[in-house]
Amino acid sequence: MTVEEILKDSGPGQRELIAILHRLQAEFGHIPPESVRAVARHLRVSPSEVYGVLTFYKAFTLEPKGRTVVTVCLGTACHVRGGPAIVDEIERKLGIKAGQTSPGGEFSLETVNCLGCCAIGPVVVVNGIYHANVTLKKIEAILATCPGSGKKP
Amino acid sequence: MRRLTHPDHLAALRRQVLETRPVRAKTIVVTAGTCGQASGALPVLDALRREIDLKRLSDSVGVVVTGCHGFCEMEPSLIIYPEGVFYKKLEPGDVPAIVAETVLKNKVIPSLTYEDPATGKKYPRQKDIPFYHKQTRLLTEPHFHIDPDHIEDYIALGGYQALAKALFDMTSESVIAEIKASGLRGRGGAGYPTWKKWEICREAHGHPKYVICNADEGDPGAYMNRSLLEGNPHSVIEGMIIGAYAIGAPEGFIFVRMEYPVAVRHVNRALEQARKIGLLGPTILGSEFHFDIHIVRGAGAFVSGEETSLMASIEGKRAFPRQRPPFPAQEGLWGKPTNINNVETWANVPLIINKGAPGFAGIGTEKSKGTKIFSLVGKINNTGLVEVPLGLTLREIVHDIGGGVKNKKKLKAVQVGGPSGGCIPADKIDLPIDYDSLLQAGAIMGSGGLIVMDEDTCMVDVARYFLSFTQEESCGKCVPCRVGTRQMCDILTRITRGNGADGDLERLEELAVTVRTGSLCGLGQTAPNPVSTTLRYFRDEYRAHIEDRRCPARVCKDLIAFYIEPDKCTGCLLCRDSCPVKAISGQRKKIHVIDQAACVKCGACFDICPAKVRAVSRLTGADRRKIGP
Repeated sequence: MTVEEILKDSGPGQRELIAILHRLQAEFGHIPPESVRAVARHLRVSPSEVYGVLTFYKAFTLEPKGRTVVTVCLGTACHVRGGPAIVDEIERKLGIKAGQTSPGGEFSLETVNCLGCCAIGPVVVVNGIYHANVTLKKIEAILATCPGSGKKP
Repeated sequence: MRRLTHPDHLAALRRQVLETRPVRAKTIVVTAGTCGQASGALPVLDALRREIDLKRLSDSVGVVVTGCHGFCEMEPSLIIYPEGVFYKKLEPGDVPAIVAETVLKNKVIPSLTYEDPATGKKYPRQKDIPFYHKQTRLLTEPHFHIDPDHIEDYIALGGYQALAKALFDMTSESVIAEIKASGLRGRGGAGYPTWKKWEICREAHGHPKYVICNADEGDPGAYMNRSLLEGNPHSVIEGMIIGAYAIGAPEGFIFVRMEYPVAVRHVNRALEQARKIGLLGPTILGSEFHFDIHIVRGAGAFVSGEETSLMASIEGKRAFPRQRPPFPAQEGLWGKPTNINNVETWANVPLIINKGAPGFAGIGTEKSKGTKIFSLVGKINNTGLVEVPLGLTLREIVHDIGGGVKNKKKLKAVQVGGPSGGCIPADKIDLPIDYDSLLQAGAIMGSGGLIVMDEDTCMVDVARYFLSFTQEESCGKCVPCRVGTRQMCDILTRITRGNGADGDLERLEELAVTVRTGSLCGLGQTAPNPVSTTLRYFRDEYRAHIEDRRCPARVCKDLIAFYIEPDKCTGCLLCRDSCPVKAISGQRKKIHVIDQAACVKCGACFDICPAKVRAVSRLTGADRRKIGP
């Protein structure tokens, strides 16, 4: 879908703003900066309002995310079970810091405050697939299943 | 299914569902909530379905997929009814044996049954397992029997009968009176009496009125709301319809955090099904009451769990809280009277209407009625969701239900209530868990996260963790919260790095008061709690960090060093090969040595060194002299 098609398919008024941003993010992997004005016109709000909302929430990014998104949970339960060491190890393996995307656009590494599956922490999610009770040893195998890792799953 | 236009139709539908259910020799229930799926429930489910087809058993054996049963540690698991045989930690390869032995021959497979880690006793039946046995499951019992994708399952258990009773046998005033008599208090945090909110909203001027279900369960370590929405979404929807009827609201919203995709899917499906048979929309069950619910997805902001921020989020704005009064019940969503309750509060409503207030009020303590779902996580044997009467002691929850601390370690503290809560020390383990006792101990109920911490958890690090969390999540509107949490986090970080100074603890205490009193919303007002309680109960640990540069729990990286004891090392190469940065040198049968400059202190060597060797130790404070200057 194009930006115009998504807007055409969405209702009017500011209450639709976050839903529209969710759809743009899902469609393009980020919010295309040039779409901000179109969204603002559609909802009859100022572009600065759209910009303010999209930069407030963590769900939205103006820059494209990597083809593989690796998310490490750092909720309290994952934290006390060794989540931070998992992040460190993945940072070393991918060569990027949490919050960054690798230069070729292969990987994005993100941390999240809680995924709500605290019993099986530490949890790592790779492109929507959950990995439970992750240890330093398991990381290599988890990353090896990713597209772009150069290895076959 | 046709539209229900009379309360009798509901009863008729229930009869029809019960009568047309195929009679099967066995029913196998597989849990597939988020935890179950993450642990591999779906491949097990596929294997089970294939095996049943292969053996041509589909007429005599049914498979039901449900949401979470709460015993997350044991996922993927299944229960075989009518006997209630419980099998844990399954793999697809276990399935053929389960079908051949247990389903066809009624033989229990001992290796798949639950074994109590404390006593070694095996429990083949789900009901006998201490983890379940000692709970009072009112809200979560249906999770065993409901496929959340099928409204019929909920109706078969008597679902929506409370709604019919409210709409046709009760006035809106008498619904509120019933909730008042039940003593129900909000399950989302502060514990405000539910009926009072409803009454203020009902009496407020303004039209239309709104009801909201707060499912923005942001507290790290708490996930009971996710479980309720995934496992039994209709109970929450039914509660909301009853509440909307009592208040006089035509429209409702369920605000779900975006990290819960499975919950969103289940709720959406449930709403569609309820709408289709006339339980939502115009003239519900043929009454004159109109009501519908929209689902709104959050966008990743912890502060939107605060009620006024949540409403700003629904309006499509930044999630900034605002001054109260006016309270949401007077001026809420789009300036109209709005009642907002937590998922678990809503789920309690049909229960109260069905059971009657006295039945509900008979459970719990004098001022805290009913049950509460807690998420028991961290360093505990039986991790999972537990539903217990309010007023049970921490000891009963941690030891009797939770099976005690993992790996026979010593309990140090239980963190209650997430970033707004506090750490209750081990010597207060006989504290009854209710709203008022927790407040006195410096914590709050919050949404009900119980994070168990053992001797290997550093309390300064925990305080730092929570402050870095609140500092990051502060929306930035109030200066004391925005700047104060930052300052507190900086001081704590300094202490954990061994750079603490005299006066730091006093400064933390002073900042805690400022942030608490100077912030507009609950986030800032409660953000200092983790620091205040750890300072109150674990001051010595702070002092050790500052005065001796020692982390007693051996967690803070800058204060510890990993060291291989030469007289214990057997030269087995395990640690050398596990080191991610190749900082360990050594050859087979030769003593291994850690290059301290290259070590990143990940702990891989410590974890992998066999228990009977234990050559790797963590040094802190004066002991670090062992590794040289």
